[in-house]
Amino acid sequence: MFENLTNRFEVILRNIRGKGRLGPDEVEVVLREIRVALLDADVHLGVVQTLQDRIRERALGEELSGVLNPGQQVVRIVLEELTGILGGETMPITFASKPPTVVLLAGLQGSGKTTASAKLARWFKANGRNPLLVGADLDRPAAVEQLRTLAGRIDVPVFSQPGDPVSVAAAGLVEARRLGRDVLICDTAGRLAIDDDLMAEVARIAAVLEPHYTFLVLDAMTGQDAVNVAEAFHQRLELDAVVLTKLDGDARGGAALSVREVVGRPIAFASTGEALEDLEPFHPDRLASRILGMGDIETLIEKAEETFEKEQAEAAAARMLEGTFTLDDFLEQLRQIRRMGPVGDVMQMVPGLGQQIQGAEAELDEHRIDRIEGIIHSMTPDERTDPDVIDGSRRARIAAGSGTQVSEVSRLVRQFREMRKLMKQMGGAGSKGRGRGPKRGRKGRRQGGGGRTTPSGPVKVQNKGLALPGLGGHGVEGAQDLGNPGTFEPGGFLPRS
Amino acid sequence: MTLRTRLGRAREALGARLADVRGRDEVDAATWDELEEALILADVGVSMSTALLARVRERVGADGVSDGADVIDLLKAEIIGRLDGVDRSLSERASPSVWLFVGVNGVGKTTTIGRLGHLRVSAGRSVVFAAGDTYRAAAVEQLGLWAERAGATVVRGAEGADPSSVVFDAIEHAAARGADLVLADTAGRVHTRRNLMDELAKVRRVAEKGAGSVTETLLVLDATTGQNGLVQARQFTEAADVTGLILTKLDGSARGGIVLAVEGELGIPVKFVGVGEGLDDLVPFDPGEFVDALFEMGE
Repeated sequence: MFENLTNRFEVILRNIRGKGRLGPDEVEVVLREIRVALLDADVHLGVVQTLQDRIRERALGEELSGVLNPGQQVVRIVLEELTGILGGETMPITFASKPPTVVLLAGLQGSGKTTASAKLARWFKANGRNPLLVGADLDRPAAVEQLRTLAGRIDVPVFSQPGDPVSVAAAGLVEARRLGRDVLICDTAGRLAIDDDLMAEVARIAAVLEPHYTFLVLDAMTGQDAVNVAEAFHQRLELDAVVLTKLDGDARGGAALSVREVVGRPIAFASTGEALEDLEPFHPDRLASRILGMGDIETLIEKAEETFEKEQAEAAAARMLEGTFTLDDFLEQLRQIRRMGPVGDVMQMVPGLGQQIQGAEAELDEHRIDRIEGIIHSMTPDERTDPDVIDGSRRARIAAGSGTQVSEVSRLVRQFREMRKLMKQMGGAGSKGRGRGPKRGRKGRRQGGGGRTTPSGPVKVQNKGLALPGLGGHGVEGAQDLGNPGTFEPGGFLPRS
Repeated sequence: MTLRTRLGRAREALGARLADVRGRDEVDAATWDELEEALILADVGVSMSTALLARVRERVGADGVSDGADVIDLLKAEIIGRLDGVDRSLSERASPSVWLFVGVNGVGKTTTIGRLGHLRVSAGRSVVFAAGDTYRAAAVEQLGLWAERAGATVVRGAEGADPSSVVFDAIEHAAARGADLVLADTAGRVHTRRNLMDELAKVRRVAEKGAGSVTETLLVLDATTGQNGLVQARQFTEAADVTGLILTKLDGSARGGIVLAVEGELGIPVKFVGVGEGLDDLVPFDPGEFVDALFEMGE
């Protein structure tokens, strides 16, 4: 429905390109779209209204920059507001000076407390701790067995006994001290926020345990009720944070944003799969784009802006379109991409590619880039500028020098040539077909003559352009399954003129 | 006890808006805004709310309605009109009939089977539970405990066994003993997991191969579910041909408005609702009661 809010904004705001700033009418239209997107993502109505007010204020005052189009600029404001609520930092977990560090989990039935307990135990264990799980869910049939089975898989002891949950918790604390376990994780029965008796009971458990961390376990698929639930638990328990479960589905997780805004507590962990390893400290910045149903494109743009030196990139772009792009340029591009983070992460940020990329990840791994770098490093400057001079004996030398196979060298050279050809064709199309005139001489600091004039603006490239030499064509296959992938703009990595 | 009295708590935000609307003696822009907000707070969703209110607006124009209370009544009537006249029975036309329970993790599939089994046993049926959730630790034990309470027998496989074969065995077992009904549990799964959805499709196919026939595939949906519920319903229907919804945990403060979108857009009827923690707290879905509860003021 709102798979690409950026596109929608671009359509709405197409007419105002060239204006200095957004007018009230455009802002209201955009705000209506934002409202629907947020409500569809299950952000609480009250939170949506607050957000709309803040976004309105900023969008009206904002000057339109030349770098981003108005649609992107509004998206950036929205993302910044969402990220502002979610908080930028991953919540640090500290340990009690006098162990055990006590963690209490509470939540509605079916939110995933028992599984989250075991996953947390696994996480603590992986971080060098010795957790004890306490099973205080005596209501749901077989809940303690479930906990024991899960704990068995990660080799963590479980304490539980029949009776009442408050005494189980108290005895569990004694047991943790006796066994010298330095983390205690207490699972509790699911309860309704409106059930006073059960809420009083979990409050008594908290009173006995005096937990260092009280986590509300919240299903990422929860709707508008999340806020009521969180408020009710917070009143009784003083929550420290939220553990967000079932984030491996396609729910946008707007409820988590609401809870953050209304209760003021962060999301500490998120569960992203069924396996016990699938729990990780939560990265708030990633949820904002998810709520809007977008890839992390804004982060990508920002990182690209930060990382790329404008002139360098412009010069490379110029050469790319002329067809005089060299392997040195290519190497530099690879380094730039790497500077943005691990390649897999970078690809995840491209909208729609995130899902598709998983299969291709093996192909796109860092090792392959290392090998490509190795190959290029083993070439002479002449070979890098003009790969056509590379003959059989040169190939053998390069392969030996880089510790790779001759076939890998040939493949890289062949793919590079194809890419260069493609770029050149597009360069021609860009300047003639789209009527872009020559703009600026290249200012690069690379070898080769200067003073060529070539267009350097964004150039639409079909999906094909995603394939980098030596990295296989996985970007191509992935991108074609995306429904409406639009076009990939290499110019997105480059400054817009 | 009616659904309405069970649900009459913790609904202030929504109730306040409705009370406000009800108290108005004219119908203005604010009335419509507040009605839309009330629907959204009940998880009805923007697009369904817009559609409902557009219809009510037409009626208000035509009928010359002038106060807030009447508008609420028109809105209720509009929703009930959409829910009425739908067959909400559970089919037992085969021998044995197989009812397959599907849904995401934690919605209450196992508990629902326990309760529905209890209802059918009380009605004189001979019921077999198939412990097809071979993934979640202790799910089989949980179903076993429910079988004891409900007076059903349970057929189980080993943990990690192929769920299709467990369900198939249970159907054969039921057929051999002349049982009427097999209630088949399945592991909760997030609908975006392709392999798990394929596994579910296989369970559905294999269940048809033996002596019985699948007469219902019931999607269990948690009342707290937001707009993702519609996506879930679509995906589970694609994989396993869902014939009905069971809305659980309606005893909390959530109102389960997403079922209006599911029923409206996908034509999947809500058949039962879970309204409490007891063995008897599963009741047939009644549109009138549901809508009353949806508009409960929270006084």
